Amino acid sequence: MPETTQLNVNGRTREVEVPPETSVLEVLRNDLGLTSPKFGCGLGLCGACTVLLDGRPTYACDTPIEYVGTAEIETLEGLGTEDAPHPLQTAFLDLQAGQCGYCVSGILMNAAAFLRANPRPTRDEVAAALDRNLCRCGTQQRFIDAVLLAAERSG
Amino acid sequence: MTTGLPPSLAANPRLSTWLAPHPDGTFDLRVGKVELGQGIVTALTQIATQELGLRAGAVRPVAANTEISPDEGVTAGSLSVTFSGAAVRRASAEVRLLFLRAAAARSGVSPDEITFSDGTFAAPGGRPYGYGDLVDNVDLDIEAGDEALAVAFLPIGEATSMSRVDLPDKIFGRPRFIHDLTFDEMLHARIVRPPGMGAHLLGAPVDEVAGLPGVEHIVRDHDFLAVLATREGLADRAAARLAAGATWTDTEPLPDSSRLPDWIRSQETESSPIRKDGAVHGTGSTTMSRTYSKPFVAHGSIAPSCGIARFAGGRLEVWSHSQGIFPLRAATARALGLEVEDVIVQHVEGAGCYGHNSADDAAFDAALIATHVPGRHVRVQWSRADELRWEPFGPAMIGDVTATVGDNGRVSDWTYDASGNGHTARPGYAPAHGLLSDAHRAGVDRVPPAIDPPPARGYGSARNAEPTYDFARMDITTHRLLAMPIRSSALRSLGAHLNVFALESFMDEIAEATGQDPLAFRLAHLTDPRARDVLTTVAEAAGWGSPTAEGVGRGISYSRYKNRGSYCAVIAEVEAEEAVHVTRLTIAVDVGRVVNDDGVRNQIEGGAIQSTSWSLLEQVAFDRSRITSTDWEAYPILRFSDAPRVDVHIVSRPDEPPLGAGEATQGPVPGAIANAIHDAIGVRVRNLPFTPANVVAAIDEA
Repeated sequence: MPETTQLNVNGRTREVEVPPETSVLEVLRNDLGLTSPKFGCGLGLCGACTVLLDGRPTYACDTPIEYVGTAEIETLEGLGTEDAPHPLQTAFLDLQAGQCGYCVSGILMNAAAFLRANPRPTRDEVAAALDRNLCRCGTQQRFIDAVLLAAERSG
Repeated sequence: MTTGLPPSLAANPRLSTWLAPHPDGTFDLRVGKVELGQGIVTALTQIATQELGLRAGAVRPVAANTEISPDEGVTAGSLSVTFSGAAVRRASAEVRLLFLRAAAARSGVSPDEITFSDGTFAAPGGRPYGYGDLVDNVDLDIEAGDEALAVAFLPIGEATSMSRVDLPDKIFGRPRFIHDLTFDEMLHARIVRPPGMGAHLLGAPVDEVAGLPGVEHIVRDHDFLAVLATREGLADRAAARLAAGATWTDTEPLPDSSRLPDWIRSQETESSPIRKDGAVHGTGSTTMSRTYSKPFVAHGSIAPSCGIARFAGGRLEVWSHSQGIFPLRAATARALGLEVEDVIVQHVEGAGCYGHNSADDAAFDAALIATHVPGRHVRVQWSRADELRWEPFGPAMIGDVTATVGDNGRVSDWTYDASGNGHTARPGYAPAHGLLSDAHRAGVDRVPPAIDPPPARGYGSARNAEPTYDFARMDITTHRLLAMPIRSSALRSLGAHLNVFALESFMDEIAEATGQDPLAFRLAHLTDPRARDVLTTVAEAAGWGSPTAEGVGRGISYSRYKNRGSYCAVIAEVEAEEAVHVTRLTIAVDVGRVVNDDGVRNQIEGGAIQSTSWSLLEQVAFDRSRITSTDWEAYPILRFSDAPRVDVHIVSRPDEPPLGAGEATQGPVPGAIANAIHDAIGVRVRNLPFTPANVVAAIDEA
């Protein structure tokens, strides 16, 4: 049965009335209109749905809303805007890092969390961090280059 | 049809179909090609912008729609820049000249007195007119091809790179994909598929599931079973309950996946001679024969397919990420018994598709279900498992090749036979049941076998089967299987993937057997200067001939896509220890005139990394009754840590027609990797993919 749940999303308190086993992905996309996290596999294997829970990259597709509690949820909508972009977004645009772009949201969120913990990473460290995400178009090299560029500019 | 026009424009000659001007001086651009993640809409927008003499941003692309867009068939085969680009350029040039004419009339001078610069038309000493000033003076509702216009194209300087028009939405998380589209009161549908092809539905707990929370409707039509609910999660749960309780007959048997080449050889086929010179073997100094193979490979789009439809008042609206909205409209209308004009298909971007995946199937699922709930928008979301089980795969193939080398070390005679399922089962190609659910609701045991596109479309099984090397005599034949137990269709580059891998592996084997350098051996059989240029360019860039580190191998490969498209040469560097690791790919391409330099690089990089993934990891797994590789653990693809560095070198040909870039690397990459593996560890792996198991098997056979 639907229950009222309070969520902390991108710095705002939001209230939803949904069955408690509903996935974070469904609530964000369908109840709160935050469509940046994507459905890719439903099993936490591809990373397209990645959001941050208290700063940790988390697969939203297989995380039920009842497990979130008071944790802060961060999505790409909260990372930056065209007027005030996150350094990663600027770097992704500058290097035109993306083909179909379906995996980009999850990669940006994962990379954002990674750079907070490791602001001056090596190439291999970036690649290893992004192994949580799959890209099918073969854009891996540009994504790694873009994360390194963002780190360099922020350094 | 107007003669002398680019084919796409001749088929859709009305200029207003392509371009719509606005009073603010901007244009809407409508094309029939669709964005598949390859950047084509950006390239076509750039062409229109340049030819109209405008600044970036002044031309806005409009998503393709069967009501308003030119019918340009399917977006496939690396042909979009060549064909749609030519049409857009010509249409834009004619529109510019029509505006120039209007400026002349307004200025009271003859058109040849008007100068055009920086987006404005002006008579000597007269007031300048922008496009927006002349909107009411120009009627674009006329056909292209007015010879009095004396069309001349604007000079195009160095290839510029307009930024991708779609990336900002994707990088700032704005809704852009079909998956993000939503409508009031939209219902979420889930399909409950059979366990495999040929399994027929005996029963399902329909009454029980109909009472579950949120469930609004259940559709059963022979072997087609779907549930609609108000929320996605509730639809998932209802579908899981239906699936758990459904009973099916046995599936049609599948081949033995461990003996795919034997299965292919045992099948009834239709043989097509592609070239028959009467090759003679056994007469030269060396005659060699080898067989190469590839398994079934998945498109594996990162987004499972999605379709949305609404049926109201006898009209069906469909939203789809299809590669071909017009063929989809026709096939949908036929399957549902509707008039074509009562079906509207709107293209909305999906994730990268790389060929005929489940996009059309999902659109038809939504359309079929929508007819059961008139007035409601129905959204169908495929699961990852269904995508990896039911999408049409790139077919398994074998290539048998024999060559005879003369005393001069040159190949004189070459015989090649390619065998496997056909490469196209797109809606509209197959006579019936090209859409999956149409097959399920008809209760058929098997879908009709895929066919091969004709030579004018670059072949299917025979794509790149004929070497572009200068051999004296060649016999080339394809053998298309007449039964298709595993659903197959077009995957990026079609038969070229196996054919180029076989050809380029075998070239290395012959070079080695006759004591020749692989690069020199290829050059000795190539007179086309453009072919030679990509090979010498890549060789220089990758340091061909210099020593490699211990355990590192280097291999070279070359092809001209479809024998008439882009030239591409690849040098791979690999480390082969417990598994094969591709560390670097150096690539030289000649795609003719480059429209968007960064777009070409992005397509070449992406194609090369994807082909590396196919080469090292990918094979659809199945037992004797069903596909078993239904998630990313059972069907692994290349991860970031394993992606090679890719260096792209573009051989500039500003005066040659554009040739397309999207599929150029798919065949050469496995060839280069196989040759590099041999260089590293002395083992010739002839069966894709180069998994540890296949490498070990090759060592055992050697």
